[in-house]
Amino acid sequence: MSALQAQSQPQSQPLVKVRDLNVAFVSKEATLHAVNGVDFDLAPKETLCILGESGSGKSVTLRSLMRLHPPKRTRITGTILVDGTDIVAASERELSSIRGRLVSMIFQEPMTALDPVFTIGKQITETIRRHEGVSQQEAQRRALDLLELVQIPSARQRLDAYPHELSGGLRQRAMIAVALSVRPKLLLADEPTTALDATVQIQVLLLLKRIQAELGMGVIFVTHDLGVAGEIADRIAVMYAGRFIEEAPTEPLLEAPEHPYVEGLLGATVTPASRGRRLTAIPGSPPNLRTLPEGCAFAPRCTYVVPACRAAVPDLLATAPERTVRCIRPAGLRPPMPPAMALAAEERAP
Amino acid sequence: MTLIAAKDTPATDTRAPEKAERPQGYWQGVGKRVLRDKATMFCLLVLLLMFLAIVFAPLIAPYDPYVGSMARRLRPVGTPGYLLGTDELGRDMLTRLLYGGRLSWFIGIMPVAIAFVIGSSLGVIAGFAGGWLNMLIMRATDVFYAFPSVLLAVAVSGALGPGIFNAILALTLVFIPPLIRISESTTAGVRALDYVEAARATGASPFTIIRVHVLPNVMGPIFVYATGLISVAMILGAGLSFLGLGTRPPEAEWGLMLNTLRTSLYNKPLLAMLPGICIFVTSICFNMVSDGLRGAMEVKN
Amino acid sequence: MIFYIVRRVLYSIPIALSVGLVCFLLVYISPGDPISAIAPPDAPAEMIAQLRRDYGLDKPLPEQFLIWLGRVVQGDLGHSLATGRSVWGEVSVALQNTVSLAVAACTLAFALGMLLGGLAAAFRDTWVDRLAMTIAVAGVSVPHYWLGMLLVAVFAVTYPLAPSMGAGPGGTFVWDWAHLPFLILPMVTLSAIPLGLVARTVRGTVIEILHQDFITTLRGKGLRSGGILLHVAKNAAPSVLAVMGLQLGYLMGGSILVETVFSWPGTGFLLNSAIFQRDIPLLQGTILVLALLFVALNLVVDLGQALLDPRIKR
Repeated sequence: MSALQAQSQPQSQPLVKVRDLNVAFVSKEATLHAVNGVDFDLAPKETLCILGESGSGKSVTLRSLMRLHPPKRTRITGTILVDGTDIVAASERELSSIRGRLVSMIFQEPMTALDPVFTIGKQITETIRRHEGVSQQEAQRRALDLLELVQIPSARQRLDAYPHELSGGLRQRAMIAVALSVRPKLLLADEPTTALDATVQIQVLLLLKRIQAELGMGVIFVTHDLGVAGEIADRIAVMYAGRFIEEAPTEPLLEAPEHPYVEGLLGATVTPASRGRRLTAIPGSPPNLRTLPEGCAFAPRCTYVVPACRAAVPDLLATAPERTVRCIRPAGLRPPMPPAMALAAEERAP
Repeated sequence: MTLIAAKDTPATDTRAPEKAERPQGYWQGVGKRVLRDKATMFCLLVLLLMFLAIVFAPLIAPYDPYVGSMARRLRPVGTPGYLLGTDELGRDMLTRLLYGGRLSWFIGIMPVAIAFVIGSSLGVIAGFAGGWLNMLIMRATDVFYAFPSVLLAVAVSGALGPGIFNAILALTLVFIPPLIRISESTTAGVRALDYVEAARATGASPFTIIRVHVLPNVMGPIFVYATGLISVAMILGAGLSFLGLGTRPPEAEWGLMLNTLRTSLYNKPLLAMLPGICIFVTSICFNMVSDGLRGAMEVKN
Repeated sequence: MIFYIVRRVLYSIPIALSVGLVCFLLVYISPGDPISAIAPPDAPAEMIAQLRRDYGLDKPLPEQFLIWLGRVVQGDLGHSLATGRSVWGEVSVALQNTVSLAVAACTLAFALGMLLGGLAAAFRDTWVDRLAMTIAVAGVSVPHYWLGMLLVAVFAVTYPLAPSMGAGPGGTFVWDWAHLPFLILPMVTLSAIPLGLVARTVRGTVIEILHQDFITTLRGKGLRSGGILLHVAKNAAPSVLAVMGLQLGYLMGGSILVETVFSWPGTGFLLNSAIFQRDIPLLQGTILVLALLFVALNLVVDLGQALLDPRIKR
């Protein structure tokens, strides 16, 4: 393929391609099915947000993209291709070369995610030198550039600072700098703003957006916070009990969710319009991943449940060109209900 | 405008009901884990057998521990009539070992028990009270910590002179500081916990708080630590006798026996080793049990 | 940082003084008239009277302590009742032998202990872990004087491979080939307990470190085992160093049992003879020197820890 042809089809090859991903953790007592059949693509400069409660499998999905789980207890099946590289088939040696260089990850709690006895500068330079073998001086220079990229003031002094000497927001920026050390093509973010104050959250999110554009990275973001998702995601995939149950571009999803669970989530959010009204809460609690029900995992808590829901796990339904939902009765396709049920449903809906 | 999603509800375990009865459930869990730990149970069994053997020494020992005949001295192990041979004064080894166990165990356990009572009381008080009382107790402890334990035991024992009582006194003194330290740090940790703060906020008296909230949570770790000290006490106690500072002849005691049999090391090595084997076995069993208890108490998610 | 150092050093002073006090009081807890503790048994009346005045035995206790303290600070630890030589003279010679033995044993204990503990932590819950920890428990539980006897029985009596008594030609230890064989058995014996302790501590510390979140970050960055090991080592260093210092101190102060078994001419051996000959000045002086050395060692360890762990500051 000539360079011109390659240029004319820039988005045809997805950066990330995941097919039928299943992840289970095996122990003596039980097997925990964390991820149960996930498929998605990520285009090169796209931001995908995986949204879900704790226990939905979102972090596990994210970590699968660089196989960061404890190798002994984990069973991964399916296909994961990042920039054409097969992650599932890669050996540990190959993986250690991929991590940090092709794919990088930032974590929720920067205080514990950074080594407390090494300076920020050292933690950046060691990554650079590991993957690119440059001199210490060169690495230091690049580390300085990175700190400036993430907008850490007094970058030169901060190179010699230890993690506990920085504030929460600066620590998170430092962690981002570490993750960006070697310009990865894919950035994974596991609840990076959850541990931060609200005001700092927004700054970090905007920073991530800017950096993504500047470096041309794909970003997959995991969170339980709809507001955060709404802020920077191009697309949102909602996860429940280890499966994607709805996937759509951000605006359409937030404005018109289709899956009952997502409807419930949006109904439970606090907005100025909620004043004076009762918040709806989704009754019940998420299922035990060791003993998943046969049918739809959300059925026990769903307002619109019918017997067919419990019979088998619903397939993904494409309700619009870019939207899929895993439900046999999504918002647009529900037949009218008997008056009594409709009344009860209306009382719960916003 | 920030939209905040519904509050995170953690995935519930199907065994949720147990959470309500946690205090009993925890100890039952500990007990069950200990019972399942084969190594610990085996060592407990060995200790139990040894304990029974030395308690019933007068009933099961074939001979008198003090009576010996020079004509029968240093008979090797396996001599008919003298299962484990005879010592340098012709006394039956098996009998001496059985009776010796009584003193060795006594010198090993007594100081730890006393130190446990004194040390944990002082430590809990220091940990709970804080402030100047804490400083006073902990700084005094630091002074004794400035001595390596063997040195302190030998120093006190050496100054006081030989004798079982002096040895026990010296050893107690050696073990009080570590028990104060661990009690203090465990208590300080518990005291900082939210539910203790809550109790104080409702105006409960310090004694009630200590009795109800603090003690049940600290006694476990402190006790386990103390069991780990028993083997040290036994080795040190026997060591003092080995040096001639603890038990005096003609008493039977493992450390003293090691001392008196030392000269026979060259012609009857196995015989000379026997008392030490007893100390070693006891010590290793106590350590294994202590480890097992500690492992059972650490609840990992 | 500087403040921490100064504070820590200053804190040692009251500790050292208290140690002195305890040593001073040792004379008074021993049975009998204190004068019998410091005067030779056949001393004439005038000498006794003189000693009484010199030591201020007719003065109140606190004043006696100060007099004693004054002498100690000037290096006068009294004279041995048995040999008549100055206590400091005896102790300083014996101390060199003990330090040599202690350092050798500590080094051995550390090298093997870190290896065992590190392997146990890296291969957690496998046979490697169980074997290493069994060795460690055995090490911690063994009565080292008995172990010494065992080694003598095997390597000196049954298969004469190493000498079992003394420190070699000249009665004192020197670091040369002629003396080295004498070091072997006592060194191995003395290292048993610290070996077990270090192995257990290292295992616990490394396992704890491996559970920390930042290890996941390091894997996520693509660091290889070598890089991760560096991080683990630096995080473990403060704890391991603390144990090392403590053990060295225990070995120096607590060597009496092993030195007795091997007739190693160190401070422990000196203590032993002091006890038996009721040579109180020697006993007191030896204990004082050893305890002060321990205090100094603890100080060095604390300062070392502060240097290694950036979180410990003012």
